[in-house]
Amino acid sequence: MSELILNERFTDGSAENTGHAEERPARASGFSRALRGAVTRPGLVISVLVIALVIVWALAPSLFAHHDPLTGNVAERLQAPSAQHIFGTDNLGRDLWARVVYGSAQSLAATFLAVVLALLVGSILGLLAGFLRGWVDDVIMRVMDVVLAIPTVLLSLAIITALGFGTINVAVAVGFASAASFARVMRSEVITISTALYVEAARASGVRWYTVLRRHVLPNSFGPVLSLSALEFGTAVLAISSLSFLGFGAPPPAPEWGALISEGRNYLATSWWLTTFPGLIIVAVVLAANRVSRAFEKNGATR
Amino acid sequence: MLRAAPVKYVARRLLQGVFVLWAAYTLSFLILFTLPGDAATVAAAGGGDASTVDPKLVEQLRHEYGLDQPLWLQYLHALGKALRGDFGSNPQTGQPALHEVTQVLPNTLGLAAAALVLAVVVGFLLAVASTFPRAAWLRQALGALPPLGAAVPVFWIGLLLLQWFSFHLRWFPSLGDEGFRSLVLPAVTLAVPTGAYIAQLLSRSLRLTLGRPYIEQVRAKGAGEARVHFAHALRNAVLPTLTMVGVLIGNLLAGTVVTETVFSRTGVGRLVVQAVGDRDLPVVQVVVVFAALVFVVSSLAVDLVYPLIDRRIVLGRAAATA
Repeated sequence: MSELILNERFTDGSAENTGHAEERPARASGFSRALRGAVTRPGLVISVLVIALVIVWALAPSLFAHHDPLTGNVAERLQAPSAQHIFGTDNLGRDLWARVVYGSAQSLAATFLAVVLALLVGSILGLLAGFLRGWVDDVIMRVMDVVLAIPTVLLSLAIITALGFGTINVAVAVGFASAASFARVMRSEVITISTALYVEAARASGVRWYTVLRRHVLPNSFGPVLSLSALEFGTAVLAISSLSFLGFGAPPPAPEWGALISEGRNYLATSWWLTTFPGLIIVAVVLAANRVSRAFEKNGATR
Repeated sequence: MLRAAPVKYVARRLLQGVFVLWAAYTLSFLILFTLPGDAATVAAAGGGDASTVDPKLVEQLRHEYGLDQPLWLQYLHALGKALRGDFGSNPQTGQPALHEVTQVLPNTLGLAAAALVLAVVVGFLLAVASTFPRAAWLRQALGALPPLGAAVPVFWIGLLLLQWFSFHLRWFPSLGDEGFRSLVLPAVTLAVPTGAYIAQLLSRSLRLTLGRPYIEQVRAKGAGEARVHFAHALRNAVLPTLTMVGVLIGNLLAGTVVTETVFSRTGVGRLVVQAVGDRDLPVVQVVVVFAALVFVVSSLAVDLVYPLIDRRIVLGRAAATA
């Protein structure tokens, strides 16, 4: 599913984004400007807060949930949301709110792993392709084209078949399957930057290739790649929850978000809260990640 | 008037398509048969702990899969057989993988076609709705729907629809694939991400198109908003969306994985989920290659249709491939 949002922005976006490389002004005061911008963009502030909140959930779940996520009171099974259990309870009487909060650790860890893997693998490939050009470029990008031709979900499923089940394997599968879009963006950025006048000037005055890479190419390609990472964060949440929904992620007692929805599936007719609430959390996180990505993209374009 | 597509161009595109198929086969082979989690060990463990596996069983499976041969030999052997339509067979039932997939393919194609029609119609309507109304708040509200649709997990939409329309209202059956009524909810579910995607692409290019000088001229001549949209802007705006049809249909196919599982329908998507669970490597590989085939065919079809919609494009020139 990850191409769904990706391609919209990056297939033609890469061409549009090229303008900023030529006249790169100093970007001092970037932080204070960002701060001022935040006040005028409440949607962005809420998005950042949502992301921050789930990260804090993951780090210190006991601060937010007082019930145990793994053991429940069977006498309180399948209770509708109430003051005591704001998200209700599941078929074993476990508090769903606690399970969602505690589950964020596994969901987010898997998502971060997937994004970092995609970022590293994709960026390195894109960097190699864009910097070396020639046959290396041809080979890498043809392979990436093929990877993009196969839907991410199917590619992830193939990798999971080979690696076996489990949250880490799911994250690795999603990460590798999403690396191609990073490679594309990185390559186009590198090519734009390394053909820019100031880089040519640097080369002409005898700056070595690795200095050009470190001083000019990497810092400048950072913006678009960061924007893509935020976007990929959202799509990875979706992909990982889908794969755990299908049963390839964490084994049953673990409260991963997609797995929670999958458990609630058997009680659809009677207990609506079991599927609805974890799903809403996923939607909120994905929307927030997409919003943050758009902000990164805009900042990159106006830099 | 239909201009015949240059033979040379079509031949080149076909060759490219064959290359993509070959590469998809090779890639899936590399993933499935060479990754560290040795397929034989994993299959013998059957999802359990790999350390408790009987080494004899692993040996036997290794031999059965041909994993005791050098990799390049395994690959050439498998590729040769795949070219003759033999992708191997299910280790448990002995059914040929290709047959297993083609058997359930019509079900999936029906679902995907219904979802595609729905997604195109709704996507178009939403895209136009995000630029057409005069009230800015209405434009914004409608324009916010596609990003929302793209952020919602497909399986969750399916479950919510089931909850309301099967269990509460009892309008549609909750599972199975008999008749039209059982197709409605899955098609809607599958259409949401694709429709959202089409709407996002189209409304974006529609906004760009509406800002172009020729639209200003049309407006200056006194054309109404409807005429501006439907007679002038849409035709140009639709082109960027058209180039993404290959990805779009590929995603539709990927969406069936979750949709068919949620609604317990027979089809390629559910088959591949079972195959992953059973370590049925051949079926997984057939589906991956099939996805690449779908991508290749739909991209080629779009390229051939392109000049009919945009007369400025002549196949075989640089502009056509841009």
